[in-house]
Amino acid sequence: MVTPLTATVDLVVRFPGTVAADVRPGYTGFIINKENLVEVATAVRDEFGYDLLTAVTAIDYIAENKMEVVYHAYKTTGGAGLVFRVQVERVDPIELPSLIDIWPGVDFQEREAWDLYGIKFTGHPDLRRILMWEGFEGHPLRKDWKEPFFEEETKPFKSRWPDGQHTFAENKNPFRDNLNFPKDFDPEKYVVDKEEDLYASLERYTTKDVEGNMKTDHIVVNLGPHHPSTHGVLRVAVTMDGETIIGLKPVMGYLHRNHDKIGERNTYLQNIPYTDRLDYFNSMSNNFGYCTTVEKLMKIPVAERAEYIRVIMAELSRIQNHLIFIGMLMNDLGTMYTPSLYAFEERELILDIFEAVSGARMMCNYFRFGGVVRDIPDDVLQKIKGLVSERLPAKTDEMERFLNENEILVARLKGIHVLNAEDAIKYSVTGPVLRATGVPYDLRRADPYSIYDRFDFDVAVRQNGDMMDNYLIRFDEIRQSLRILEQALKQIPQGPINSQKAAYQVRVPAGEAYGRIESPKGELGFYVVSNGKPNPYRYHVRPASFVNLTAVESMCRGTKIADFVALLAMLDIVMGELDR
Amino acid sequence: MYGKGILKGLSVTWKRFWDTYTEDISWVMRGKKRYNTDEGIRHRSSKDTKGIFTVQYPEEQLIVPEEFRYVPFLVYDEGADGKKEVRCTSCGICAKVCPPQCIWIVRTNDPATGRPVPVPTDFYIDMDICMNCGFCSEYCPFDAIKMDHDFDIASYQRNVYNLEKLMKPAAYYAGIRPENYTREEEARKAKEAAKAAKAEASAAAAA
Repeated sequence: MVTPLTATVDLVVRFPGTVAADVRPGYTGFIINKENLVEVATAVRDEFGYDLLTAVTAIDYIAENKMEVVYHAYKTTGGAGLVFRVQVERVDPIELPSLIDIWPGVDFQEREAWDLYGIKFTGHPDLRRILMWEGFEGHPLRKDWKEPFFEEETKPFKSRWPDGQHTFAENKNPFRDNLNFPKDFDPEKYVVDKEEDLYASLERYTTKDVEGNMKTDHIVVNLGPHHPSTHGVLRVAVTMDGETIIGLKPVMGYLHRNHDKIGERNTYLQNIPYTDRLDYFNSMSNNFGYCTTVEKLMKIPVAERAEYIRVIMAELSRIQNHLIFIGMLMNDLGTMYTPSLYAFEERELILDIFEAVSGARMMCNYFRFGGVVRDIPDDVLQKIKGLVSERLPAKTDEMERFLNENEILVARLKGIHVLNAEDAIKYSVTGPVLRATGVPYDLRRADPYSIYDRFDFDVAVRQNGDMMDNYLIRFDEIRQSLRILEQALKQIPQGPINSQKAAYQVRVPAGEAYGRIESPKGELGFYVVSNGKPNPYRYHVRPASFVNLTAVESMCRGTKIADFVALLAMLDIVMGELDR
Repeated sequence: MYGKGILKGLSVTWKRFWDTYTEDISWVMRGKKRYNTDEGIRHRSSKDTKGIFTVQYPEEQLIVPEEFRYVPFLVYDEGADGKKEVRCTSCGICAKVCPPQCIWIVRTNDPATGRPVPVPTDFYIDMDICMNCGFCSEYCPFDAIKMDHDFDIASYQRNVYNLEKLMKPAAYYAGIRPENYTREEEARKAKEAAKAAKAEASAAAAA
């Protein structure tokens, strides 16, 4: 086993001349020659053991006329990660070799980089736009791209004060002038259902008929974008042979708002409420991830009491998320409402706590750099104690009694394969889905952040990787979260709740940081690049839902269409996070 | 036995169904009202709740906690002659910190000297853009902008509030957030006392 420290030394030694250490202040990792990317990446995976490539993203260094692609690789055995990057001239066409053969999990993330930055990944089999629509002109995350309602490069906008007269944004840019179309594009004549590219991407699964067999046609079924069980506006184009799925492509972006670009306009502080809107079930976890990342960049400590409050909130959030998962899974299986409403009861009680401490049930906006915004009142702390020690364990037991042995549920879930460990790692799947395949990879243990190393808890693991295990592991995780909560509530010290003075503008030194936390849905990563100005130069979210969805195709191939919605439910996707 | 799991599950549903009625009876026996009372609503959202969980809006409304935040408003103090003295000094911090940039402030300039006067001429908040994050009230150094509890603002028009519509008396603020109000008033008084003491000390030193 190569420890991360020696591995970092090895990469330059191993590839002299092609790999250089990144020496820019505040940056870590290696810069790799474009020509040697595949070779080095293969070595990173096979020789150094970084089997999990979690984040791939691009940055537009317009001043240096460079485009950079950053890769974050980790080991599923835990430990620190390896950052490597490639820099290319910022002249179209920008081309880079795709790493899809080494880590198939880069599929969607490379498509995203193509969509938003215009970087062509040669060798990628299906490089289409993923978040923007097909008729869209330009690559919106490039620094020289301006949106139709463009006002100023960064917030705060100058027109707001001291002489701010209110204007409606659309008055400056009336309807029909607010979109950029490609040349010769007539929106009046654009036929939406003419989606050759999408269906062509499905085509490669068409199998030839064996001679003598009855000839059957493959049919294409479009599920969504408004199927009631698809957890939001996700559309999935499926090719089927009879009832068996032989090919599948998710189409997303219906809720896309270019969160990353908004984040680059905002100041660091202004991003906190925007992160609430990512995975809107777990705004506390999102806040946690973002604040951890920026604190890493600012190199500031977190107040002791605030650390405990953060853990308490994140674990409560995990419990309610998993309860909703169970309820909504039942919804997907056809048990309309009763289980999901039982789950919603407990969720309401947890949201009451969020409301009492932060002021809002879902869009909490509770974390600040260095701590949290306000202390937990004593009566709320008592209420949490009551919930954690009495109600939630009892209700979790009741939920298990209610559902676990139900014959219909067992028939629908048991033995239906979701993923095996090898595929899950290959597709960069994280979170409960990965752990249900027998890989004990939980960031709270594998790469501890905050104060999770102080608590005694087990990483929930199940071995079979079928739907039943994916379902049961959520109960295991609720129990472990309750264990953490009990300890945290016992140990929580008195003291200040923020290590910093309240300031509406924070100073962030130049550099980069990739922070990640174990959100209820998997690894939630934030990649922030600062150039010392009040606004982040690059702000990237690596949502768990989005990357986990990469595996959906291999999960569903060969299963029946009736199981598809349940399989999709296993990934626990949330469109606010997926489309961002 | 096949079907045992379903029966086991149904026993949970059955128990939950009867819980509502046993709770109702026990409340009646104790001579208390479970519905349309604050006590009943509070109990229904406590850890001991059993049976029916829902609150029949709008006849019943959930009791919002003190920290609950909805759209912002501007606090004014009643002056000596009943004049509304808005606390805002138009310093612009709320407009700068606002994430969706929905605050527009017109600062007043003294017509004679052209220098700014610490009172806003007008103040606009586009409530359709406001994301209720609470930053404006959090970072306001004068306790002048606060988050409201009144969430029934649905309307057929777009909501751009001006200074007049945004102003609410300090007494209203004290009503919705008693703890915060007391804390802030105490801090303000302490500050004023310290200032007065300092002025006295310097006056004494000068004399």
